[in-house]
Amino acid sequence: MKVAVASGKGGTGKTTVATSLALSWGDAALLDCDVEGPNAHLLLHPEIAASYEVTVPVPRVREELCAHCGECAGFCRYHSLAVLSRQWMVFDELCHSCGGCSLVCPTKAIFEFPRRIGRVIEGRRAEIPFVQGILDEGEAQAIPVIRAVLRRASDDRDVILDSPPGASCSMLAVAEASDVVLLVTEPTPFGLHDLEAAATAVSELGRPMAAVINRADWGDSRVRRFCAAKGIPVALEIPHLRKAAEGYARAQPLVESVPGLRDDFVALRDQLRALAREAAA
Amino acid sequence: MKVCITAQGSGLDAAVDERFGRAPSFVLVETDTLQAEPLENSANQENHGAGVAAAMTVGRSGASALITGHCGPKAFEVLRAAGVNVYTGAFGSVRDAVQAFLDGKLDKADDPDVPAGGAR
Repeated sequence: MKVAVASGKGGTGKTTVATSLALSWGDAALLDCDVEGPNAHLLLHPEIAASYEVTVPVPRVREELCAHCGECAGFCRYHSLAVLSRQWMVFDELCHSCGGCSLVCPTKAIFEFPRRIGRVIEGRRAEIPFVQGILDEGEAQAIPVIRAVLRRASDDRDVILDSPPGASCSMLAVAEASDVVLLVTEPTPFGLHDLEAAATAVSELGRPMAAVINRADWGDSRVRRFCAAKGIPVALEIPHLRKAAEGYARAQPLVESVPGLRDDFVALRDQLRALAREAAA
Repeated sequence: MKVCITAQGSGLDAAVDERFGRAPSFVLVETDTLQAEPLENSANQENHGAGVAAAMTVGRSGASALITGHCGPKAFEVLRAAGVNVYTGAFGSVRDAVQAFLDGKLDKADDPDVPAGGAR
């Protein structure tokens, strides 16, 4: 089973929940897919064993073969290529690595060259394998790095995917790779607004959802009412506890600062498995 | 010499558009004769890379100068490679802009003057 831990709003507790699931279950892998700001390692404290570069193919030209016809530039919908009467130019940051330019080139002058956009690190804490993607600063395309992380998900054990925030392509790439989506939210107007966006996007994908309401004992009841109306089970409510905040400030995982919650996270496993099974059937 | 002006329409009386990549159209003007011909800016509705595509159009048009309001970094790089000098700060009609250019009143840009994405 692959569980995506997602949220519309940032800062609701995705990483707190993802690391708590991993530590409570003890044998699932944790994949940090929030490649624009990965932080699960700060709470999990894994030992890192390996690091790999993530590259995307970008076009380069063999000048002696280029006829400067402009076919490649005409094909590229992102206009990453400019062809003048004597020059051939590429703007790597606009390229989406489709490979179309090399296919349409009548003189076969274009070849593809790998360009680094980020990296993936791998390690573990006890029996918890850990993978994290990191998008290089200044790079705009998170998805290839996210996919490089997702490719390291194994089928022989449960996988927890710490998703990027929001309801954009990055989050959906992670939700699409999952069997069930756990939406972490908070009972505030902002929490509700962004939960609505995230739940709408995930339901388009047809993935089953459950909600975790963090800091559940303040705010209002509108998040609960929304979940009830949409048939999204509230799988867990985490109270707003001073010792949770104190532990977080010391980079201590929630299930260590509030050990009483561990059984609740263990119980989530069967609940999520039932949702995933029901959706698959 | 042939110059290219970013415009909201065609002909010498069209208004200058201060954007480059997303200008509705271009006007090519022969400065000796003031003969004008339209040049389509097929990039102006693009979500991405309008400046690059527009610069390629101008670079292949035979114009030796571009007269516009502003020019961003990628477009500037392509225009520089094409040997097209960029003059910014144009306003009024295409005719006014050409006259200002001929009178030496426009600034020849040494660098792009707006960030990528340009003046929207």
